[in-house]
Amino acid sequence: MGYSCTIGHFTYRFADLKTVLAKASPLRSGDGLAGLLAESYEERVAAQTALADVPLTQFLNEAIIPYETDDVTRLIIDTHDAAALAPISHFTVGELRDWLLSDNADTDTLRALSPGLTPEMVAAVSKLMRNQELILVAKKIQVVTRFRNTVGLPGHLSVRLQPNHPTDDAKGIAASIIDGLLYGSGDAMIGINPATDSPATTARLLHMLDEVRERFAIPTQNCVLSHITTTLELINHQVPVDLIFQSIAGTQQANASFGVTLPLLQEAYEAGLSLNRGTLGNNLMYFETGQGSALSSGGHHGVDQQTYEVRAYAVARHYNPFLVNSVVGFIGPEYLFDGKQIIRAGLEDHFCGKLMGLPMGMDVCYTNHAQADQDDMDTLLTLLGVAGVNFIMGVPGADDIMLHYQSTSFHDALYLRRVLGLRPAPEFEEWLLRQRIIDNQGNRLSGGLQKQLYAALLPP
Amino acid sequence: MSEQKKTGLESDEWDALKAYTDARIALGKTGVSIPLRESLLFRLAHAHAKDAVYSRLNIARLEADLASTGLPMYSVHSQAENRDIYLQRPDLGRLLDELSTKRLQDINSAPADICLIVADGLSATAIHKNAGPVVTLLVEQVRKAGYSLAPIVLVEQGRVAITDAIGELLRPRLAIMLVGERPGLSSFDSMGAYITYAPQPGLTDERRNCLSNIREQGLTHIMAVNKLMYIIQSAFRLQLTGVALKDNGGLLE
Repeated sequence: MGYSCTIGHFTYRFADLKTVLAKASPLRSGDGLAGLLAESYEERVAAQTALADVPLTQFLNEAIIPYETDDVTRLIIDTHDAAALAPISHFTVGELRDWLLSDNADTDTLRALSPGLTPEMVAAVSKLMRNQELILVAKKIQVVTRFRNTVGLPGHLSVRLQPNHPTDDAKGIAASIIDGLLYGSGDAMIGINPATDSPATTARLLHMLDEVRERFAIPTQNCVLSHITTTLELINHQVPVDLIFQSIAGTQQANASFGVTLPLLQEAYEAGLSLNRGTLGNNLMYFETGQGSALSSGGHHGVDQQTYEVRAYAVARHYNPFLVNSVVGFIGPEYLFDGKQIIRAGLEDHFCGKLMGLPMGMDVCYTNHAQADQDDMDTLLTLLGVAGVNFIMGVPGADDIMLHYQSTSFHDALYLRRVLGLRPAPEFEEWLLRQRIIDNQGNRLSGGLQKQLYAALLPP
Repeated sequence: MSEQKKTGLESDEWDALKAYTDARIALGKTGVSIPLRESLLFRLAHAHAKDAVYSRLNIARLEADLASTGLPMYSVHSQAENRDIYLQRPDLGRLLDELSTKRLQDINSAPADICLIVADGLSATAIHKNAGPVVTLLVEQVRKAGYSLAPIVLVEQGRVAITDAIGELLRPRLAIMLVGERPGLSSFDSMGAYITYAPQPGLTDERRNCLSNIREQGLTHIMAVNKLMYIIQSAFRLQLTGVALKDNGGLLE
């Protein structure tokens, strides 16, 4: 079909669906780097207007990356649930936007619709929505996952405790874990980015985390974010693996640059399931994504970075993940230049992930060469809390001393829980109360588990 | 003192754990928030990092710092006109602007074994602090080992891969780029070194070897030069740099 929009006496014509999607995208540096931006403010609105008129069924007929050459496209098309889409399959993108905001689209309806939506439909509708609309619709969606506790229940906010250390020093990592636990963080998981991807180091850290968890009966799950092939090798050597991590992207080519294929993800997922380590449920994959990863690892093929990002969510949802984390500001200013672009992208990623049916969390973060600071993070953090984000990061003082970027702190998580009346995952909260780390108002107590924890972890 | 007059500041009992990590642990709190003192320390570290990103290469000072090498120096500029363009367009930071291309084309000397390139990268501050001593020591060692040296090239708004554009014009057998690294909160003055055998346009990063965190509190200048000499000698022996050298070398971290 043709894509066009007439404004005054001028008709904008767009060659194909991917061009309409790219030109309709809110401004961001990564699309500029790829040469995909609308050439004027007017052209952007023209593209959005043209996009609004595209029937949803067109997305099933026009692949933006060819089916023949890309296994992510094949996954999207081959697993598409036409019956789930049926109730709204006559909509255009614009009608989908109006309907999502209406009271007809409630929590149960949106859950049932999710497998009927392709990532390109979801990306398209997000481009027509303002920030508050991304928040409002995301807030209606609930994605609850379980392993050793329950994450994503309404009224709850979980935290990934991220105790990184530049040399993977066990005591240094333990010190940050203690700090985080005593500030009420760690219910989404305790997840270490190792400084090196050596199997020996990863195994050592996994054993250490498992001992801590067992010893204090902490209802949470652990992860060391090594490459999935390393994790698979460790599973074969009976190392205690809870969650299986991998960075993923929205094309076969970009996934290849991460050293992953869909069959490899399936193999790892099945290996994880065979361990049967979850006590409440078997969601065990942990995926990280971020806008810009396709371009930074091989090329854009005329597709904008936000549409690519949602295609990564199509990969993620195939493996029933426990958590999905968009590391939104980590990639740098050549993809998201400043606080405004990071905030917009964060809200898009959260909305699109939730609408795709994913347990979305976010690393609210920035690097020092981006035009952003902690004030921007406070804004995005608060907006995501309002939107019902499943989890955020907890990094000591928001300063990751291994990855050299700024995220959110244990204090930030307490702030968000306090201003929005959110609570930790129920099983974890019960543990915090039982250990007398906090009282039932969320206030920290003295003289509970503190001394035992650091005496056990850090023998004199 | 009445409750209203107290600030509400509470310290953390586990202050002693700070001995085990540089992470910002045991910050204490007021309510659920970070105490002002810690908040200001964070802001200061971030201010240092931002100032480093926007610091400008002081060419005159750099030339003075490198004068003792006796090597001719040429200063060039990438196609990224200013810092904001540089940050958004890494592709332009990898290309020489027209004037710079001409300047290097006009050099009339035979191709040398090694060309040293010094670029601001993401922290000119790191170059001001570390390039002088590292280049001086390195030139001494390189000469001792019998290698010839091309003129030193100083680059403003340069990315690592501008090495390849320079390599195409000067045709050294090997290029070493010293470049300011992305500042972290704990290190805004950290310099990296990238070693490329037979630099020419079209190379990708897996064809280079890299040393990171060169600064007084990290990889010291002497240690960095020793490691560089090891890589240089391995590169000439194997006639390559990159992943293959790292695998065979064994000594690299």
